[in-house]
Amino acid sequence: MPASAHTSSDSASPSQPTPLLRAQNLFCERDDRVLFSDLHFSLAAGDLMQVQGSNGSGKTTLLRILCGLNSSYEGALFWEGVPIEEDREGFLSSLLYLGHRVGVNKVLTARENLRWSCSLHAPVSDAEIEEALYSVGLAGYADISCRNMSAGQQQRVSLARLLLSPARLWVLDEPFTTLDVRGVKVLENLLADHVARGGAVLVTTHHTLEVPCALRRLNLDR
Amino acid sequence: MSEASKTSHSSLFKKELGALGVDQEQVSTFAAFSATLRRDLLIALKRRNDLLNPLMFFLIVVSLFPLGVSSDPQELTRIAAGAVWVSALLASMLSLDNLFRADYEDGSLEQLLLSPQPLYFMVLAKNISHWLISGLPVVLLAPLLAYMLYLPADAYWTLVLTLLLGTPVLSLFGAIGVALTVGLGSRGLILAVIVLPLTVPVLIIGAKAVTDASLGLPLGMHFSLMGALLALSLSLAPLASAAALKISVN
Repeated sequence: MPASAHTSSDSASPSQPTPLLRAQNLFCERDDRVLFSDLHFSLAAGDLMQVQGSNGSGKTTLLRILCGLNSSYEGALFWEGVPIEEDREGFLSSLLYLGHRVGVNKVLTARENLRWSCSLHAPVSDAEIEEALYSVGLAGYADISCRNMSAGQQQRVSLARLLLSPARLWVLDEPFTTLDVRGVKVLENLLADHVARGGAVLVTTHHTLEVPCALRRLNLDR
Repeated sequence: MSEASKTSHSSLFKKELGALGVDQEQVSTFAAFSATLRRDLLIALKRRNDLLNPLMFFLIVVSLFPLGVSSDPQELTRIAAGAVWVSALLASMLSLDNLFRADYEDGSLEQLLLSPQPLYFMVLAKNISHWLISGLPVVLLAPLLAYMLYLPADAYWTLVLTLLLGTPVLSLFGAIGVALTVGLGSRGLILAVIVLPLTVPVLIIGAKAVTDASLGLPLGMHFSLMGALLALSLSLAPLASAAALKISVN
């Protein structure tokens, strides 16, 4: 796989390596209202992109289209130069998506939730889970049932997945909504670290991101 | 240089980027399958209601027959096979909603759909755990209730075996209906309208097999038909459920 990635970047112009994710000519319409049309963008390794737009401008829809959760669109999507539908499995193994609904079962404990959601990609050990929970400020909460946690703490449980995943592309839908000031700081640092180690992030938020790295913006308002 | 930068950035991160190798894929499919199975069983164990509801329902419905029809042993013997099978079918309908509903509401379903693992196995794992929780107890309780309805002694094994083959089919076909309706706000009876027609063949074959067994007739055809239904639903129903789930989250 590295070989093919190499050749495709050679065939492109040498100064511009193949972007990780490229969207071409995206068009989406919902209830006879055009959300976006003729949308082009690309995301390279090391890019942090904030998707902006007013309420109802299609931010969540755009992210869900990119992940393949929504198929009512026109246009083309490429992962490392290959159309996503041709290698969906390869794309999904490089993707980590955190949606509006955090994907945390309230009956289970933080550890049980993380063990399952990580095992869908790559199994993790108990020690890794505890370290990750510690890093997101939930030390000692590993065996607490998520029903007894606040919304922000549940959000942090799902953020711990960022630390446990080998995925290169993070797609985060409003990850800051329920976080407190310190949580926001932790997440901003995580985003910057992930970009610095060659990952890519696509994030929607109304919060003003203060990150120690370059920030690209994609505005859906016209 | 690259080593140094790697360690400085990734001290928090537990995995290297793109750490998932190709040779690991089969191992991780099995790991994801068993993790999903264990998770669903764990949720069921923690929510005792889900575990007891279908069983209680089964018990109540079967015990209504002697009250509503007749307490005459001969009459009960005649309807026993059908009564137990109908009650088992209704009990399995009752618990179907647990299959994907909670996962849809808390977002776990999206995580499942975005797993690089084959969705067939993930849905199959959920089906198996659902059957272990709601189907198997019904199968185990059935002989006791059949005794209550004066089922002839010859038919007990047939009852247990047909239920053992048939209840997984009910779960598998039912999952398609749940997957289709999980995104709807108010479902009402639509789930039953979708699922019941699919499960009628199972009911007919199962009840007929038990009746025939009590009359001492040959059973080979019933078992082959039931086995064929199980094979069909095992191979196709998870695929249909997976496709339906993708539509439902859309």
